[in-house]
Formats: sequence, C-alpha cells, structure tokens
Amino acid sequence: MAQRAGFLEPLILKAGKTLASYELVYETYGVLNKDRSNAVLVCHALSGNHHVAGYYADAPEKIGWWDNLIGPGKPLDTDRFFVIGVNNIGGCHGSTGPGSIDRSTGKPYGAAFPVVTCEDWVASQARLMDRLGIQKLAAAIGGSLGGMQALQWTLQFPDRIRHAFVIAAAPRLSTQNIAFNDVARQAIVSDPDFHGGNFYEHDTVPARGLKLARMLGHITYLSDDLLTEKFGRVLKRDEYGFNYDVEFEIESYLRYQGDKFAQVFDANTYLLMTKALDYFDPAKETGGDLPRALSTATAGFFVASFKSDWRFPPLRSREIVKALVASKKNVTYAEIDAPNGHDAFLLDDPHYHQLIAAYADNIAGEIGAGERRLPLSLGGSELEEMRGYRGERVGT
Amino acid sequence: MMQRYDYELIGSWIPERSRVLDLGCGDGVLLAGLTATHGVSGYGIEIDAANVLASVKNGVNVVQADIVEGLASFGDNSFDFVILSQTLQAMRNAESVLNEMLRVGREGIVTFPNFGYWRHRLDILRGHMPVSKSLPYSWYDTPNIHLCTVKDFEGLCAKVGAEILDERVIHEGRTRTVLPNLRGSLGVFRFRRP
Repeated sequence: MAQRAGFLEPLILKAGKTLASYELVYETYGVLNKDRSNAVLVCHALSGNHHVAGYYADAPEKIGWWDNLIGPGKPLDTDRFFVIGVNNIGGCHGSTGPGSIDRSTGKPYGAAFPVVTCEDWVASQARLMDRLGIQKLAAAIGGSLGGMQALQWTLQFPDRIRHAFVIAAAPRLSTQNIAFNDVARQAIVSDPDFHGGNFYEHDTVPARGLKLARMLGHITYLSDDLLTEKFGRVLKRDEYGFNYDVEFEIESYLRYQGDKFAQVFDANTYLLMTKALDYFDPAKETGGDLPRALSTATAGFFVASFKSDWRFPPLRSREIVKALVASKKNVTYAEIDAPNGHDAFLLDDPHYHQLIAAYADNIAGEIGAGERRLPLSLGGSELEEMRGYRGERVGT
Repeated sequence: MMQRYDYELIGSWIPERSRVLDLGCGDGVLLAGLTATHGVSGYGIEIDAANVLASVKNGVNVVQADIVEGLASFGDNSFDFVILSQTLQAMRNAESVLNEMLRVGREGIVTFPNFGYWRHRLDILRGHMPVSKSLPYSWYDTPNIHLCTVKDFEGLCAKVGAEILDERVIHEGRTRTVLPNLRGSLGVFRFRRP
C-alpha cells in the first residue's frame, strides 16, 4: 500500500541548507477523479506518518492513525475524495530523515540532517502533488502540527488549495509550548546514548531520553479531567510502598507509553519535529500582524478547537479565526466540547466528526464529487472496537 | 418553529453583495438565503453546537462564539449590516450589544418580540406573564430576560444615539401602521450611527 516517490531536484530549506535528494513515502485512498480535483492531503503531527487509514493485509493490527475519520462512508469519504497520507521529510517512517543513509557519506545522516520547517514540508508535499498530477488540492487537513501545515499550504500555495481544515492548532506556539518542547529535547540530548545525534553508529538509541520526552508530551496531550477519570490515584498495590518504584497507575501507564514509543520512534525526528513546531510563525514576516500574514490565502477554512485542550487551547484557534475574519476569508469555526484534551482531534467525538463530514460534503458539492455512496458512519472504526485499539494513537 | 416574517423584510433592506454579520444565526438559513438571493458574504455567530452544525450544513460561514465575545473580535466598520434577529431580548446587556453593533456595522437590524402587543398586555391584565406565538416560554424557563415594547426600543436607540432608518411592527407578515405598538407582535428596526 505504501508508495515511494524519489526527488532528485534539490530542496532548498528555510534553514539555508539544501537537501540534494529525498524520498517521500505516501499512501493513497480512493480514486483521483478525471479532472483531478478531489485530492485531500492529510498532514501529520509530531509522531504521525503516511498510514492514515485502513490496514495492511499482512499487518491487520496496524490501523491508520486517522482511520476513524477517513474511509468509505466516513466523515472524509474516500468514495468521493482521493486522500493522500504522506510521511514528512525528517520523519522516521520511510521518508528521508535523520536515520536515512546520506548518499554522500554512506552513513546515516544523524546530526547532519538539517532542521526542516513547515514551509519545507509544504514545499516537498507540493512536489509530491506535482508528481501525482494534482494541480489543486480540494483540501489539506491536519491537527496540531498537521493543522499548521494545512494553514501553511494556504499561504505558500494559495492557488493550489481550495480548503484547509486547521484543527487543534495555533498561529504560533506559546512560550509555554516552546518550554515544554525544550524539556523534551533536553531529555533526549542529555541521554548518554544520544551521542550528539549520531547514535546509529554506536548501534544504540537514546531510549531513556526519548521515553521521558514522550511521557512529558503525553501528559500535555491529555486533560487533567481525563487523567483523573482514567487513573485517579489508583495504586498498583493496596498500600503505599514508601519507595520510588512504580506505584500509581498513572506512572505505570506513562512509562509503558514512553517505553513503547522509544522503541519505534527516532530521537532525531522527535527533536526536528519539535523545532518545526517552535519555528512555525507565519506572522513573523509581517511584524506580528497575523491578519496581514493570512491575507494571501484564498482558501476556505474549517477551524476547530477542543475546550479541554490546554496545549493548543481554543484561545489560540480563535486568534487564527479572528485574523481570517479580519482579512475577510471564508471561515467556519467550531469549539468542540470534548473531554480528552489535545488528543481529542484524533478521537471519534460524533459532533466533531459530523462537522467535518458536513464541511467535507460542501467541498464535494463544490467540486462536483457527488453524494455519499454509503450513509455517514460515525463512532470510529469497527476494527478499532474489535481489537480494543484505544489510546495508542500517534498524538501531536 | 414559528415562521420568520422578519427574514423577508430584512431581505428587502439589504442591497446585493453586502457584507453581513448575523448574530445568533441559528441554523444559518437567513444568511444562506441572503447569500443565494442577494450574493451577500459574511458570517454567522452562534453558540449552540447543534446550530453550528446546522449552519455548516447550510453552507454558511459560522463562528462558534457567544455574541458579546464574537462582536468584540470584529474590527470597526467591518460589515455593511449587523443583524440581531429575535435575540436582543435574551442578551444580558442589550445596550452594549447595540453599541457594539453600531461600531462593527454600517447599519444594524434588530428584530424582537413586541411586549406591547395587545395579547401580551391582556395577559398581564389578567394577571399572568404572556405566553404567545412570539413569546412561547413560561416565565420560569424563558431565555428572554430583557423584553421590551416597540416604544422602549425607540428609547434605547435614542439613548445610544442610533438613527432609526426604518421601523416596522408586523403581525403574521403584515405591517401594522395603525396603533403598531398595540397591534404588532414583532418589531423590526433598521438603524445606523448618524
């Protein structure tokens, strides 16, 4: 299912460096229509990838991270839309990244891999669209860092995108968010196994640092209420142990999540993704004037936030909406009452999904993609339910 | 759902291609209608989640916010028309909302149930709070906290310095010209800052 596209044309990065060549790994769902107008690009967040929906025949347990949203009859209906999931440059799921072999040295890039930004990602995604023969996207959609890319698309390629779904995002990170990111980075770089980013050569991974980074991140993606509801102060044993072992359920859960993540994710990619988050700031070039920064966009916008999200709270989405309104853009904004915190954008809140379905249906009408073949199915994937696949999603 | 006689009147006042802000836009049908017939552009402000979804389904730009917070996010003179349709009576601070409408829009349109309508007066005379087609709630569960008569609203316009451009009192689609404050159940005002 996953496909590869190699690009030999150098990509000049915002950092001033050049990526001489690179590969992007991607997946597609549905069929590109005759006039090539029904393409929807899914932009992933910090730890996401190209595998956004469905599962592989040989790996039925690996369900796409946004499978509850994308598929036949789902809110983003692949009977009518040609959906593209892509792993970003710098990622660790197949696209060229820090763990890839640098052809000029024959060794993994490691610390030599350049820092990339949302702008660079969007530029590389646009080249993939060129390759697929897609001049104009029906939409780009993303949550969190993915939402930032969807927004960036409308600014960088205003003529190549009709609509942007900017979900649980922000026009730039808050000071607090940058602070969280730096603690995560420090956890990684101070791990002795990090070896300045060149741990591949030492045949090791900075698993302890990456685990801590993930544990910290994970706390910030969930709401206090949800953590309380899920774990409370429940102990693994009946009594306090008066030691420093794992005692509370929440400790056990976080360590498990951290360990699991550290086994599969690349530490350099984690660093790079957090930097891309920190650097995103379209209003930087307009002296902080966000309405002016967004004025080049011609797309329609669907902006949504979640009331319990304290990492990218509604206030931040309202900044985007206010700026879009001030520059007279078409925008719809919903503030969704979901209890899960930042991760809510990945979960299957019916109201949230109905909103996306309704907006996507309007886009389908606009491009002549017709009516739904199947009735709208909400409530997540049955596969998920069957396999008890819960809370394992790749978050921000 | 009662028929929205005020929508027709509003449509007749709004020139083509106007920029319109609809405060408390409900399911967005007014804005959707004005977009279809008048080619207007603009936004609806709506707080209720089900109404936001209905507005998206009706294809209008809807921003989920309460009216006061929503209004505050718009710049001066950003719209040709700001509409507050049958919602004023539920606003906590009707006067400041009116002021905000005048700041954000070139003209304002307000419609509200006329408390001076004879049936409402009769109910009071009989010793009860009125319950009617235009005021369908019992006193204990009504969202309407600032009911007024047509004359009262004229007074508020004078207080905030709004110039009334047009004023109709209608009942079931017909404009009442004789004793309007007694015979009309719905006040429809169009005004601007002079």
